[in-house]
This record gives sequence, structure tokens and C-alpha cells, in this order.
Amino acid sequence: MLRMDASLKRRVRLIVALSAAVALAGALVYTSFSAASTASTPSQLLGAAEPERSYELTGKVVDGSVEERGNTLRFAVRDRDGTAAVPVVYQGVVPDPFREGREVIVQGRMERGTFVAERDELVTKCPSKFTKRSPAA
Amino acid sequence: MSAVGSACLVVGLACALYAAAAALYGAHAGDERYVLSARRAIYALAGLAVLAMGLLELAYLRSDFSLALVAESSSTTTPVFYKLTAVWSTQAGSLLLWVLLLSLFASAVLHATRGRHREIVPYATAVLGGIGAFFLALLIFYAHPFETLASPPAEGSGLNPLLRHPAMMIHPPMLYTGYVGFSIPFAFAVGALVTRNTGADWIRSTRRFALIAWTFLGAGILLGALWSFAELGWGGYWAWDPVENASLMPWLTGTAFLHSIMLQERRGMLRVWNVSLIVATFVLALLGTFLVRSGILESIHAFGASTLGTPFVVFIAVVIGGSVALILSRLPDLRSQARLDSLVSREAVFLLNNLALVGLCFVILWGTFFPLISEALTGVERSVGPPWFDRYTTPLALVLVLLSGVGPLLTWRRATLASIRRVLLVPVAMAVLALAALLALTRAAESVPSLIMFCLAAFVVTVTVQELWRGAAARRAASGEAWPRALAGLVARNRRRYGGYLVHAGIAVLLLGVAASSAFTERRDVRLSPGQTARVGDYTVAYRQPTATVLDDTTGTGAPITLGAVLEVRRGDERFTLTPSRNYYGGAGGAEAGVIGRFFEGEATSEVGMRWGLGQDVWTAVRPDLRALEDPIREADRRFERADGRVQALILAALAERYRRDPAPAAFRLQVAPLVAWIWIGGGIVMLGALTALWPSAGARARRVRSLATARPQTHAATESTI
Amino acid sequence: MEYALALVVLLAIAALVVSGPLRRREAPGPGEAPGAGEAAGPREAGLAAGADRRAELEAAKQAKYREIRDAELDFRMGKLSEADFQATDRELRAQTIAIVRELDGSRPR
Repeated sequence: MLRMDASLKRRVRLIVALSAAVALAGALVYTSFSAASTASTPSQLLGAAEPERSYELTGKVVDGSVEERGNTLRFAVRDRDGTAAVPVVYQGVVPDPFREGREVIVQGRMERGTFVAERDELVTKCPSKFTKRSPAA
Repeated sequence: MSAVGSACLVVGLACALYAAAAALYGAHAGDERYVLSARRAIYALAGLAVLAMGLLELAYLRSDFSLALVAESSSTTTPVFYKLTAVWSTQAGSLLLWVLLLSLFASAVLHATRGRHREIVPYATAVLGGIGAFFLALLIFYAHPFETLASPPAEGSGLNPLLRHPAMMIHPPMLYTGYVGFSIPFAFAVGALVTRNTGADWIRSTRRFALIAWTFLGAGILLGALWSFAELGWGGYWAWDPVENASLMPWLTGTAFLHSIMLQERRGMLRVWNVSLIVATFVLALLGTFLVRSGILESIHAFGASTLGTPFVVFIAVVIGGSVALILSRLPDLRSQARLDSLVSREAVFLLNNLALVGLCFVILWGTFFPLISEALTGVERSVGPPWFDRYTTPLALVLVLLSGVGPLLTWRRATLASIRRVLLVPVAMAVLALAALLALTRAAESVPSLIMFCLAAFVVTVTVQELWRGAAARRAASGEAWPRALAGLVARNRRRYGGYLVHAGIAVLLLGVAASSAFTERRDVRLSPGQTARVGDYTVAYRQPTATVLDDTTGTGAPITLGAVLEVRRGDERFTLTPSRNYYGGAGGAEAGVIGRFFEGEATSEVGMRWGLGQDVWTAVRPDLRALEDPIREADRRFERADGRVQALILAALAERYRRDPAPAAFRLQVAPLVAWIWIGGGIVMLGALTALWPSAGARARRVRSLATARPQTHAATESTI
Repeated sequence: MEYALALVVLLAIAALVVSGPLRRREAPGPGEAPGAGEAAGPREAGLAAGADRRAELEAAKQAKYREIRDAELDFRMGKLSEADFQATDRELRAQTIAIVRELDGSRPR
């Protein structure tokens, strides 16, 4: 019984490989759903935010809301076409095109009505002249 | 001129379609003249693409703003180098680059295989013609590079400042060369499947193209990382961003392909796997092209939303559907000719390496497309971040590095345990030695994954050196040559083998840099006023003085205003100066921003102040606080509403002077990143290895001649000069 | 106007280049056929397939030679035991001889 039949051996190998693949796929599915952060707009976030969940907040920086104190940046993000706004606290590097009125994506959690961003998880979408279809005259 | 360019595209489309049709007809009717004609149509396509690209470049050089493309991505003040390379920062320009590279690659491969593979080539020609036709149709109907403006502006928008970095300008053509290169083996694989010539033939003719594509793609990825590190002010080189991932995925499957085809060449194994891999690689390359331009996934690199989504998705679906149907219908022809002899053989290691690479690619694919998957399944768009990627990619990368060291030690077909023990001895000893040294002398133990990576890197590099040494010794024993000659001769006669080993060593070194820098980078974000200091790692950083210049950007990107800082960095007796700065390109802000305020709105980029070092990089970026300038800017806007350029320059100079005299505290990011230089050094070794493997061997050329000359060479003749 | 002109001129050039082989009725001219037997009419399709087969066998033979050299190098470097080397070498040589035989058989008479 020490020498397994060749075809049986192949089958065993195949089964081992397949179960490894299935295990990897299962782990991927499970962890990605539990670790993922939900994309959300300020109004959605104000409506129903679970405290333990990580969110990816998308919206525009409210004019006149940016305030920098020490290493902390405070600003508010509003809906793209609306007024519902969430205050944001952020630490870390501020991306180059960050400005009031710009569209941003911040990752973090809601804590007592304030969106606490994760370090360095601020991305500015850049609606500048360089991405417009027609050039500025 | 734009008319000629447009005509080039239309005639090019006609050529591509004709090439596909004529090649198919020629193959079907058995009339080789049509196949020849199709090949010439591909040559003609290459000529037209070169002409079109040339015309476009000329328009950029002449700042011809009657072309919409030129007006939106260049300006008269753009430096010449960036004028020439601005083409591929645009959607239409990059698609034209695709067509150009595709037609050149296709011409090269059709020229190289003329008179050979008469069955496969017509279908490969048809596939290449079809791909070319798709991209030309995109150019003509969706993103026309020669679109003209009714009223040309006096000045163009200029190139996106973020892209004004040499690495960023070479990076896209490199990536595209990689993407496009994989279409050659793909086309030949389809040809082989259609004609049921499922041997190693198509592989032998296109292996070199796959390796070229792989090399360029790898170099492109590396340059992208370099750009991220040196130009984007966040301090890292890789962020698992969708666009980065999109370029890495075909590279991973391409790596798997380059390994697994050896099994088909040698043993006739893994035929289904190989055609599937090249299909996957090509599809991922298409996806890579598409992702940068689509905006379907949020990405810092997605330069503009586009309208290309639907055609691309349809094309990718056709490629996948057609390939899968073709493979399924040819399964009986693709049966393996051999079985795995032993689990302790190089074949087995190759199998494992393929599984790990494909697994890695799948992880990245899943993570990249998770927002779409999640939205489709749950209706909520969600995404995963770098920690999620790291969790899977770290162990897989460790396994791959281990395999890349073990593989070269094992022999094909079978290996004896006694001899394995003998060749393993020194590399394992070196790994253990490295472990002991690291534990005793450094704090490497704080990060287990990077500790393992250090040991594995020591293992792989020792394996490579040992292989070279033992090979040279064997050659010396046979020929009595001196060491250097024996070594050179050994590598020259076995380029693929030793080129590959060199690549392994390079990857190990590269990942060593990645492991060290991701585990042990010291990073601080501080606000400093002139005269204040901060500590990062062993270094003390003092903010000596602010700098402010007008139209004097030292990096040559043409920024009107540059604000920065002079930092004095000290560690013990070591003392040096770094000058990070920030370029303000202005131009945006619209009507509400005044004539002066406009210079500070809009794009700004970090110019990193960095000292490279083999041990560690000291990296600094500055973000000046403009609030102190806000009032003067507003005042200037009001008082000099109608100021002309000369007055504006004077005001800017005054503002710069004011910033120098009285700056608000600036925000700094300070980093001490260990061993980052080894990422680029390792990348260089990889390229050197790839080049070694690519270089045509003198022996092969001689053999080719001999095999043509002699009707029947003796079997023994070939083994005379073994090493 | 300019566009139409450019279109016509480029089309004409392309057509001229592309139709070259079609205008030829018989065997190709000297510039077109560097390899063994370039263009061929429908009658010669069978011969062409034979040439393809030979080229494939030739390439397979070279690949086998390379394998033999690899094995020998591994043996001399001490990675392959004497017995294993003999077995592998025997196998490879047998396969090479089979290929050479087939190559002989496929040679056109």
C-alpha cells in the first residue's frame, strides 16, 4: 500500500490543490466583506451610520470650513449636489490639490457626529483644467 | 495636417480590417498570396501609425492649439521634453500609442516568422488585425486625436503638473509596450488553437516577445513606483491603487506564463494551462489599458473620466468568450504528453510557483474589483484598503521568493535527496547566519514577515552566486579556462538559465527593500516655524529658512511660483541640507479667484527633498501655509484687477519676498525609510537578468545556420560543447 | 478637401503595398522570399504544411539538445546523481533519436 496507484495519486493532488483554491477564495470573500469600507455620501452617513463600520466618505469640501490646528485638519464635507454636511477630523498628509469646494474621498469612522478619518486616507479628486475635455480658453 | 492625420487613422482601420479578412481568406482557400498580402497590410498599418504619431508630435512641438488634444495637454511654455511626451497623458494619444506599438510588434513578429508556421501565422495575423481594428475604431469614433477646434485658444492648458516628472513620462510607454507585447503570444496561441497545432511551436516563436513585454511592463511598474515616491508628497511607492494593481496583474500572470511554457517546451505538459495563462494575461493587459482611462474605479491615477467603458467591456467580453470557447473546443488536442515524474523536481516547483502567482493575481483582482463586486452583490459600494491586500500578498510573496531559490537547485524530471542536501547546505547556512546577525545586531525581530524576507533574500542570493560559481567551476574543470572567462562563457552559453537566476536574485533584493521599508520606516508629520527642530529616527531636522521663488523652478517643470524650505539634517557628525518645496501651477479657480489668487489656486505639486542612501533614505516634503499670504493676495486682487503680466510678476515677486520674510509655520512630513534604494537596485538587477536572457546567443545563431546546412546532424555533435 | 486628398493618396499607397503579392501570379520575386519557399499558390499548400512540420521537428530537436546539455551541466555541477543523470540522459537521447527519425521520414522526396 506504500505505492499508491498513479491515477489515485493524481486525483489526491488535484483534490488538495482544489481545496486550497477554495479555501483561499473563501477567505478572500469573507475578509473582504468584513474589512471593506462602505462608500457613502454625507446625507447617507447622517442618516444611518453604524459606529463600528469603516466608511469611505465622498463629497465636496464646504467653503470656509477648512481649519488647520497643529497637525489636525478640520473641515466639513457636503453632498455633491446638496447641503447635508458632515464635520471631518483628519490627520496626515494633505494631498496636493486639496481645496475648499473640491471633491474628496476620506476613509474613517463616525464618532459622536464627527467623521474621524484614518491617517493618510484623504484623496482629492481633481476637477481641474487638466481633466476637462475642452481646454480653458 | 490634422486632415492627413485623420486620413491615416481611416486608412489604417481599412488596412487592419483587410489584414484580418485577407489572412482568414488566405488560410481558408489555401492561397498563400493573400496571407502575404495581409502581412503587408500590417506593415502598412505600422507605417500609417508612425506617420499619425509623427504628425501629432509635430503639432505638439509647434504648439498647434487648433488641435483640441494639444490645447488641452500642452502649452507654449511647456518644456520641449514634456511637449513630446504629453501625447500619452491624453486618452486619444495613449490609444494611438497602443496602435503604434501593436503595429510595430505585429510587423516584427510577422517578419520574424515569415516562411514559418504557415498554418498558425494567418490566424495570428487575423487576430492582430482585429485588435488593431478595435483600437483604431476607438480612435476614430470615440477619442479622435486629430479633433480640431473651431476657435483655437491663444494658449493651451499645459501638461498636468503631477505628470511633469521624467519617470512619469517614460512610464506610460513602458507599460504600454508591456501590455501590447503580450498580444503577440496571445495571437499566436489563438492561431495554434484554431489550427490544432498545439505543440510548443507557437511558444518558441513568441517566447521572446513575451519576455520583452514582461521586461518593459516590469520596468514601467518600477518607474511608476519611483514616481510615486519622488513626486507624490505622501512618501510611499505603492498604495494598492486600482491603476497600480492593473499593471501588476498581467505582469504576475506573465511571470507564471514565462515559467510554465518551459514545461510545455520541454515536456509537452500544461498546454491548457499555458493557453489559458496567455489569454488571461492579454485580457488583464486590456483591462490595465482600460482602467486608467475609465474612471470606473476611484483612483488617484485615473486622469479623467471617459466614454470608452462600453466598447472596452464588449471587446474584453468577446476576447474572453471567444478564447474560452476555442480552448474548450480544442481540449482533446491539448492533452498533456507527459506526467510529473516526481514532486521533488523543478517541474513541481514551477507548478507551485504558477499556483502562487495566479493566486496572488487573483487576490489583487478581487481586491481591485471589490467595489464593483460588492455593489453588484449587496447594492452598496465598498472597498478594501492596503492592510487587506498586505494580509494575502505578504505570505504569497514569501512563498514565491522561497520557490525562486529552491527552483534553481532542483533538476528537471527528478532530483536526488543526497545531491539536494549538498547544494542546499551553503544557502541555508547563509540564511541562518543572516537570521542570527539580524537578531543580534538589529531590531529586525519586530517584524516577522520582513525578518523572514531578509533570510529568504540571503538564501536566494547565495543560491544564485553558488549556481554561477559551481557552473564556472565545472566549466573550468572541463576547459581549464581562467575564472572570469569560464564565468562569462558559462553565462553566454546558458543565457536563459542564468538570466533567469539573475532575475530571481534581483526580485529577492527588491522585495528585501520593500519588506524593510514597509516595516521600519520612521515617519513624522510636524508643523515647524523657522528655527524649530524635529526628530525623526536618528536624525534631527532643523527648519532653517523658508524659500520662495518666482519662475525659477529648479526641477524644470515650469511652475510660476515655488515655496519651500531649507532644512538642515543632522545625525552625530553627519550634516546635510535638504530643500523640499512645493510648486504652484495656478490657472484654476475660475472667475471668483482674482488675477493673483489664480496663481495659488489649482494644481500644486510636492518636490520632495531627499537624500538617497544605500542604508536609508531621508525623505522630506513641505506644505507651506498660505494663510499669511491670503490677505495680501486678496488686496492685490482688488487693487490690480487689470494688471498685465509684467505687473503680475512684480506682485508675485513681492509676495514671495513677503513669504520669505514672514512665513507661517509650515507642515512637514519627515521620513527615514530604510533600504528603499535596494528596491531600485533590485529592479536594475532584474532588468539586467531579463536582458541576459533576451540576448540572442551566438550558439543559437550558429546552430540555426548549421541545421540549415546539414541534413542530419549527429545526436552526439550537439552535446560536444556542453558547457 | 485636404482630408479627401490625403485619404485618396494614402489609400492608393496602401493599396499598392498591400496588393503586391496578389498581382504576382507565380512564384515570388527574389526580394520577397528570404526563407525556404515563401509564397506559394494553392497547389503548394500541402508542401507548405510539410515544411511547417519539419520546422517544428527541427525546433523540437534543438530543444531536446538543450535539455541534454542542461542535464549534463546539472550533473557536472553535482546537482544530479550519476544514476539519475544516466537515466535522464538515456530518456532524452531516445526521444531525440525518435524526433530525428521522424524528421528523416518527413523530408520531401
